[in-house]
Amino acid sequence: MNRSLERHLNILDFTLSSLSRRKGKNLSLLAIYLLVVFILASLVFFVTALKREAGMILQDAPDIVVQRLVAGRQDLVPATSVAEIAAIRGVTAVRSRLWGYYYDGLIGANYTVMADDATAAVGQAVIGAGISKARNLAVGDLLPLITYQKNPLMLEIKSVLPAGADLMAADLIVIAPDDFRALFNFPVNMATDLAISVRNPKEIGTIAAKIVELFPEARPVLKSEIQRTYQSLFDWRGGMTVVILASAMLSFIIFAWDKATGLSAEERREIGILKSIGWETGDVLLLKFWEGIVISLTAFLMGVVLAYGHVFFLSAPIFAQALKGWSVIYPRFQLIPVVDALQLSVLFFLTVVPYTTATVIPCWRAATTDPDAAMRS
Amino acid sequence: MILNPATLALQITALLVAAMGMYAGYYGIRILAKWDLGSGSEEQLELERRTYLISTIMSCILVFELMSLFLYVYTADSLHTLFTGAMCAAGTLAVNSFGYPVLILKVVNFVLAGVWLIVNLTDNRGYDYPLIRIKYELLNLVVPLLVLESCLLFAYFAGVKPDIITSCCGSLFSNESKGLSGDLAALPPVTMMALFFGSMAATLISGLRFYLKRSGGYLFSLAATATFAVSLASLISFICLYFYELPTHHCPFCLLQKEYHYIGYLLYASLFSGGVSGIGVGVLMPFRKVTSLAAIIPLLQRRLTLISLICNLLFTLITVWKMYFSALKLG
Repeated sequence: MNRSLERHLNILDFTLSSLSRRKGKNLSLLAIYLLVVFILASLVFFVTALKREAGMILQDAPDIVVQRLVAGRQDLVPATSVAEIAAIRGVTAVRSRLWGYYYDGLIGANYTVMADDATAAVGQAVIGAGISKARNLAVGDLLPLITYQKNPLMLEIKSVLPAGADLMAADLIVIAPDDFRALFNFPVNMATDLAISVRNPKEIGTIAAKIVELFPEARPVLKSEIQRTYQSLFDWRGGMTVVILASAMLSFIIFAWDKATGLSAEERREIGILKSIGWETGDVLLLKFWEGIVISLTAFLMGVVLAYGHVFFLSAPIFAQALKGWSVIYPRFQLIPVVDALQLSVLFFLTVVPYTTATVIPCWRAATTDPDAAMRS
Repeated sequence: MILNPATLALQITALLVAAMGMYAGYYGIRILAKWDLGSGSEEQLELERRTYLISTIMSCILVFELMSLFLYVYTADSLHTLFTGAMCAAGTLAVNSFGYPVLILKVVNFVLAGVWLIVNLTDNRGYDYPLIRIKYELLNLVVPLLVLESCLLFAYFAGVKPDIITSCCGSLFSNESKGLSGDLAALPPVTMMALFFGSMAATLISGLRFYLKRSGGYLFSLAATATFAVSLASLISFICLYFYELPTHHCPFCLLQKEYHYIGYLLYASLFSGGVSGIGVGVLMPFRKVTSLAAIIPLLQRRLTLISLICNLLFTLITVWKMYFSALKLG
């Protein structure tokens, strides 16, 4: 046992000195390897963090949102259905929600407008930090909006939502229901949709089925469905980006193959000398194996650490545009670091496994060269 | 079809493993056809060199298979939220009929690759390549299974469709979609307990006898193989229950989670290594009489027996410890 450990240690020692003898070649390989790991790791970290963020936000979403469909399009829900749904056993609360989008021609942005009488009184508004910044508004200022009947609606800003809520509320305006109806010329006794709370999560499916039975034109959307949709959306975006990066990975593999195949005359002589002083093919293969491990591990660890910094400290400037989506008022947010074994093993399989596969045959070719042929060339 | 980095990683690995397997298989067939140790021809020399390449490739395949087995389960687990009713990896794998066959093939291929490497190790020690035919015939069995595994993996991921919001109204409720169970059909715990401890005792006793007195190698190997299968069934039937402390949750995958301190990795590692080395002892038995291996095989078998005994003992100790200290008491 000890002897074989010593053998490995000695060969590793030799590997390190042999690697440092060819600094230029190995550093260039390491740099490209590192870049590939870095890009993929940034991508995987970013997608996972976004998925987690979405999951956390949706924790507080209503159990069921009921929309009404007319000819396959979403329409307003009559307020009379609130009582009927509330009467279904297992439903703890039904809230009719008023919300919509307001286009602000001044800065070319869409705001999300919500009505909530607990948050804002008539004539008042609570706005998100994004709007406050874009329109340069502070508490006490007046927010001018134009109603659908072309009348001005001046709302006093009661408060600005904290920047911590940006991901949810950067473009949000909360106003009183009466102001909401005035702004959008919204019919009385109608709601945008209904938010339903259910006591027992296991009953959600049954209650949704009952709602559909009661109102055939209703479309219940479950919290779990929304979560699932977001998860697969981010998964899909991440997967697409990996596919796009596949060409880069392929060039890296070809590069690695080429580097491993094109032995320099010096390397060839080195292997020739090793074999003529008694190293066997197996020993040279072991040497090549350790070489691969040293390069792969260095590139992998450094790439992962750099990607961690890129995503969680710098908010992933390289991928953000492609993966987050975009809008005029875009929330600024810092991702919460999540790194788990799954991500690391996915990265390992996307980088180290292809690299190892590409170098198996060249390494074997190098290891089986005849000593005399190697030294003579 | 699910496109995400983890499923892509699995598919790329499957492709590479299948390609490497086919490459090794091609040269395996050439070696079987053209091998002539007495000849000093250039072709024979080339083939002798190829054997190094093939054993390197097989070692890579073994490592990739083992790691991708865990990645597969882990990925399935992370995808469970995409399907209504799926609670963990068990539900995700049941989404279509390819999920479990891939898992089983991964285990089988891992065991076969392990046995192949044991035979290869023995063969390399003998000066005249005594097991070369056996080795490459075994390789011809492994390669089609590797290719099959990759095809099934692609079929599985191609057939997986997440239950996401559709534009039509409540499609999820109208057609009574039936929930996917997170539980696997399990054998009755008390019978399995008797079977598990019986076969484990048989393995440990026969292994000790083989280790000390060098007799009964076939018996030990048979017992170890049976124990491997029985332990896997017991894991689902009763061992996991003690970890979950829940008499109805027969899931072999949740053990790999953080909630159970990743104990599953230790359990599966000891089970697989114990199984592979136990099977390896039996595979080597017929070649004890080969002259160039007469001095090598007994030594190797003793070592394999020791590994198998330690791993099986470890598995049993963890089981007994948990059965004793678990808040759940069965039967």
